[in-house]
Order: sequence, then C-alpha cells, then structure tokens
Amino acid sequence: MTSEPSAGLPGAGKTVALFATCANDVMFPGTPRAVVSILERLGCRVEFPPEQTCCGQVFTNTGYYPEALPSVRTYAKAFGDYDYVVGPSGSCIGAVRHQHAMLAEEAGDLGLAAESRAVAARTYDISEFLVNVLGVTDVGAYFPHRVTYHPTCHSVRVARVGDAPYQLLRAVRGIQLLELEFADQCCGFGGTFSLKNPDVSRAMVNDKARHVMDTGAEYLVTGDNLCALNISGVIHRNRGGIRPIHLAEILAHTEQGVSA
Amino acid sequence: MSTQPPRDRDGRLTPSPPEWSTRPALPFPEAARKGLENEVQRANLRHATGTIRTKRANVVAEVPHWEQLRSAGEAIKNRTLRHLDQHLETLEASLTRAGATVHWAADAAEANRIIVDLVRATGEHEVTKVKSMVTQEIGMNEALEEAGIAAWETDLAELIVQLGHDFPSHILVPAIHRNRGEIREIFREEMGTYGTPAPEGLSEEPVDLAGAARTHLRNKFLRTKVAISGANFAVAETGTLVVVESEGNGRMNLTLPETLISVVGIEKVLPTVEDLEVFLQLLPRSSTGERMNPYTSLWTGPHEGDGPQDVHVVLLDNGRTNALADPKGREALRCIRCSACLNICPVYERVGGHAYGSVYPGPIGAILNPQLRGVGSAIDKSLPFASTLCGACTDVCPVKIPIADLLVHERHRVVEEKKRHQANQFEPAMMRAASWVMADHHRLEAAGRASSLAGKLLPIRTIGPLPPPLSRWTQNRDVPMVPEQTFRQWWKENRDERA
Repeated sequence: MTSEPSAGLPGAGKTVALFATCANDVMFPGTPRAVVSILERLGCRVEFPPEQTCCGQVFTNTGYYPEALPSVRTYAKAFGDYDYVVGPSGSCIGAVRHQHAMLAEEAGDLGLAAESRAVAARTYDISEFLVNVLGVTDVGAYFPHRVTYHPTCHSVRVARVGDAPYQLLRAVRGIQLLELEFADQCCGFGGTFSLKNPDVSRAMVNDKARHVMDTGAEYLVTGDNLCALNISGVIHRNRGGIRPIHLAEILAHTEQGVSA
Repeated sequence: MSTQPPRDRDGRLTPSPPEWSTRPALPFPEAARKGLENEVQRANLRHATGTIRTKRANVVAEVPHWEQLRSAGEAIKNRTLRHLDQHLETLEASLTRAGATVHWAADAAEANRIIVDLVRATGEHEVTKVKSMVTQEIGMNEALEEAGIAAWETDLAELIVQLGHDFPSHILVPAIHRNRGEIREIFREEMGTYGTPAPEGLSEEPVDLAGAARTHLRNKFLRTKVAISGANFAVAETGTLVVVESEGNGRMNLTLPETLISVVGIEKVLPTVEDLEVFLQLLPRSSTGERMNPYTSLWTGPHEGDGPQDVHVVLLDNGRTNALADPKGREALRCIRCSACLNICPVYERVGGHAYGSVYPGPIGAILNPQLRGVGSAIDKSLPFASTLCGACTDVCPVKIPIADLLVHERHRVVEEKKRHQANQFEPAMMRAASWVMADHHRLEAAGRASSLAGKLLPIRTIGPLPPPLSRWTQNRDVPMVPEQTFRQWWKENRDERA
C-alpha cells in the first residue's frame, strides 16, 4: 500500500462536499476558495457538487414556504451522498439544519423530510467542522493584524457553533484579537428585514458599526459575509478603515501567503 | 352607594388615554420610525433594558438546573393546554366549591359587560386595580369609564402611565420609556386632579416619587370597596388564584375591598399546586431578575371575616382558542408574561413598546397578537416582520417558546393570506422568479455569469447612495462592486476534473 500525501493529516481519508452558498459563490468567491484551501491543507479531499444552489432561507424567512422547496430539494440531491458537507456561513448552515425538514413536512413530502434530516445531520459550518470533526484548532494560519470578531446571530443561536470560531482565531499566529462591545447584539441585517424595516435596521447597524470602530481593529471578522456586508457598508461610508474578512480567509493565510 | 369621583377638564373620571391609542395602529415600520426619533425614550430604554438584562443573566446563571426548569415549564404548559377543556371545568368546579362566582367571557366586549354589571351591582363608582395585562388587553378601564365607573391603577408604573395620559410600553415595566424627571412632572401636574396631590417641592429621587405615589394611592385603597385583578396562575384542583408582584399594592387590593373581581385568560390554568414550584422559580428570575419576588398572593374564594367576601372570576377566551387550534401557533400560549424577550430584543430596545400597537409588545407581541387577533389588520400583518430573527428571545424564554420559529410561521400565514387576496404583487412575483432560479443550478450559474460580467465591465469599485427604494440600504451603507469571477468559474478553471 502506498501512502497518500495526506497521510497523518487530520483530514486524511475524508471527502468533503463544499456548500459554497449562493451569496458567497457570486459576491464573495474568496471565501469558499479559502475553505478549499484550509481543507486541502488539512488533508481533506474537497468536491464541489455543481447541482447545489441555495439554502432557501430568503424565501422561508420571508414567509414563502413553497418557494423555498426547490432549494431544499436541490440541496438534498446535491449533497445526499456525502459524509461531510461544509459551508462558510452559520446562517445558511443553520437554515439547512433547522428549516429544511420543516419545509418538506409543511409541503407534505415526508420522504424529502427524511432525506433533509439525514443530510442536515452531516452538514457543518467550517468552524465546527475544523474544531469538532477534525479536532483541530491550530490550522497553521498566520495573520499579523488587529482583528475583532462579531459572532453572527445565526452562527451562535441557530447553527450553535459555540466558541469554535474563537478557538480557531486564538490559535492564529501573529493575530491580535480585540474584544467587541455588545458583541452578542444583532447587526440589524436580518435578510429582508433590512428592506421591510429599513429605519430600524439602519439604527441597529449604525450602533454595531460604531462598536466595531471603537475597537481600533484593522479587520472585522465574521462567519457570515452578508452580516459583514451590512456592518462594513456603514464603516466604509464613514471612512472607518476597517475591512471585513471571513474567518475562513484568515485561517487560509499562512506565512507563505494564501494557497489555492 | 358611593358618590362619583369629580370630572376632570375633559369631563372624564380618569385621565384620558393618548389620542393615537384610540385610532387603528399604524403598520410597524411607520410606528417604529416615531420610536426611533424619540431620543429621550431611546436613552431611557437603552439604560433600562440593559440593566434588567444583566440582572436576569446573573440570577439565571446561579441556577444549575435552569435548562431543566425551562423544560419542565414547557412540558407542564403543553400538557395543560392539550387538555385545557378538562382543566377549565375542574377550575370552575373548584372555584364554585370555594365560594367564588365564575363567569365565562368569549371576547373583550362580553368580559367588559360582565365586569360593568358586577361593579354596578355593588353600587360603587370606582374600583382599584392590581396590575393586570388581561384587563389592558380588553380595554376594561375605558369600558368602565364609559359606564361612569373610575378604574384606578395602583401599580406604580401603571399609575405613571395612567396619570401621564399615556399607554403602557412594556409588559412588566409599563412606564419603562419614562425617566425620573418625566415622572416628577406627571405627578406634579396630574395627581391633584384625580386625588391626593403631589407634595410641594417633589424631587426626582426615587424614594420621594414612591412616597408621593404611596400617599396618593393609600387614600384610594382606604376609600374603594371594589378591586379588580388578573392572575398569573389559576390552580385547577384547588380553585386558587395567584398574583405575583413587587410592590404590595396587589396585596392591598386583594385584602382590603369587599368585592374582588379577577379576570383570568383561560391559558393561565395550571393543574396542581405543585406545578407552581416550577413557575415561581422561572417567573421572577426571568422578569425582574430577582431570585424571588417580594409579594406572592394566593387566594381560594372568600374566607369568612378575612378579605373580600364577594369573589368573582371572569374566565376569558378573546382569541385564545383560535391560537389553540393552530398546532404551531399555540406554543405562544405558554407565555407567562415575564418580558425577558422584550428586554433582550435589539428591535424593542430601539423602537419601544408603542410601535407594536398592542399591550403585548416586543417579540412575544409579534407572535401573540396575530394569533389572538388574526392577520387582518395592517399592524398584525406587519408584526411578524418586526424582527431580524436574531433568536435572542428564543434563548431567554423561560417556557421555551421558539419565538424566532413562530415569527417565521406567522410570516408564512401573512404571505398565504396575501397570496389569496392580492394577485400579481411585486414581492410574490420576485420570490417566484428567485425560486425558479434556485431550482436549477444552470440558472444560478447564468445569473452568476451576468454578475461577474458586470463586475468586469463597470468601472466602479464601490456603490454609494442610490435613489429609492434602493436607498433603504444605501442611505447609510456603501456596497462593494461584484467581483469579476464567481466561485463556480474559479472552480471550473482550477479544480474541476470534469471540466
């Protein structure tokens, strides 16, 4: 038996399906690329099932259950055969795990509900997959900058990633992690909430952006790029000089630069 | 037979409520704007909700079995609601056996009719009140006012709201939107019209404000022969009603008068006295952030020579059986009115309680009102959307109501209603189109190609302010230009073996 190049690495022998998520695919391609880079560095084999589209959350959370069903079906079909599905969004992963089976049941499709439940149990946010499945907190990352971390609501209270992102960040070489005041308060994005209740949303994000700017960080780290888009939009308007970055992109940085 | 209290400058017995509260409520986004513009109220709320959040978190952390307590509360309420009909009949029999008279009210109008008749039968023209959400829900004070009966609030915060011609903005702390200076002005200007005036030179110190309220209320307690209460819990097996409070005004109402009328929502029933063990731990820690509330009163019908001799209980439905008929929506009926979800809510903290168009504001109001009242009105259609679904409310609920999930459930009800009644609307059409795209990855890829082409061709890197309706987002936020390559395109070029 010849030894694989990944032998001895925590991800050796594991094939991971990447759920890029629709928003990251189109608007933030650097984030799923970073996930590929980390997972391959840790010895995983990464596949990208092309049939995948979206978690359907924008439909579900706006009250459009039947419109969310195609996304639920597509997800079960694209990822049903994999042992591990990993994506860079607590919110999208949370929607898959918390809503897909419910939507199938509401539509009376119990077969799909069972499939959805099974694939949801094998679906992970990147931070959980690294810490809880691969058992790694030090992924060999190097990022010599001041950062602050906003724990996004759905990563904490729907996907329940716990302190996995903090464990990963603390293990990054050269990083200075600054405490964010009122970290657990929502940034005011809330998907279509930001359009249906624009005044309240603006009031919330203005407060969040102020707290981020008060940290004196160079980077705002999150596990959800749309929350970061919301907060950094205000920071950019106010020339706050703090750049948004996804947790995975920090973890992909090594002293040799970024691979992938 | 008592004489009627004097009329005020408006020709009323009690302070008039604010004019806006008598009109149909504005949809939440519009009403919220008014709350956001009120800088004093925002500062008051930020301070008050922040303080109470911390207190709650500290006393909850002391209880090692808090999660089990929550699960027990959830289980007891679920079990009771599943057999509510039987428990209510047991409650009625127990109350009757104990010497109380039980009345059933299907809705607010019927409840108010019963209450007015009961007060009239005593020949009295004024009543004192224990703080009660359900009497606010049915608009009892105004029904009594119209019948020539003055209803006096005796809870300190409810008194501030009543004297201030105001409307409660919080379940537990109805005057949470007021600060000490405002309270002093209300007391100085209004107390004299409706009873004992505030003392000369009243300061803003809490002890002085409480002293003025105590004197004002004491004279009413000593004079009034009828009291009206709600109940936090109603124990079916014994016919015992329970009121949990902080100030002792409730205890005064429950002991001094000759007649006591208690209005109780039918979801307040608990099967046994033992069940109180769970809820008397959950409620004070979740609501005031105290280990135990100062006053817990339990009474079981009249007792000869002690307390009110004429005891009535009005059991109220007012939409609760509608909620019970909805297998998901009924979870909201577990609510014990603790307000933890209001205090933790970032939306409530900024807009205040008045924007919710109900005596039940905040996250619980956003799910309970559409259940009790339906989704016909503009406010009830908008309430389920008055949340970012951040989920903070779900985590603090002492009876594990999945508030965020129920908000989504209510949104679904609103959308289904919209689809039935209004065809060809913009939002449903957009959602249908997006759903079509997400049904097949080739369509999403085509959208991605269009996006990356725009990223290549357009000479801008940042999108600044845009005209309406896009200004909803860009009024305070810049948006980066879409990138020149989607992830899929990168994967195909760099990784895909099939390419």
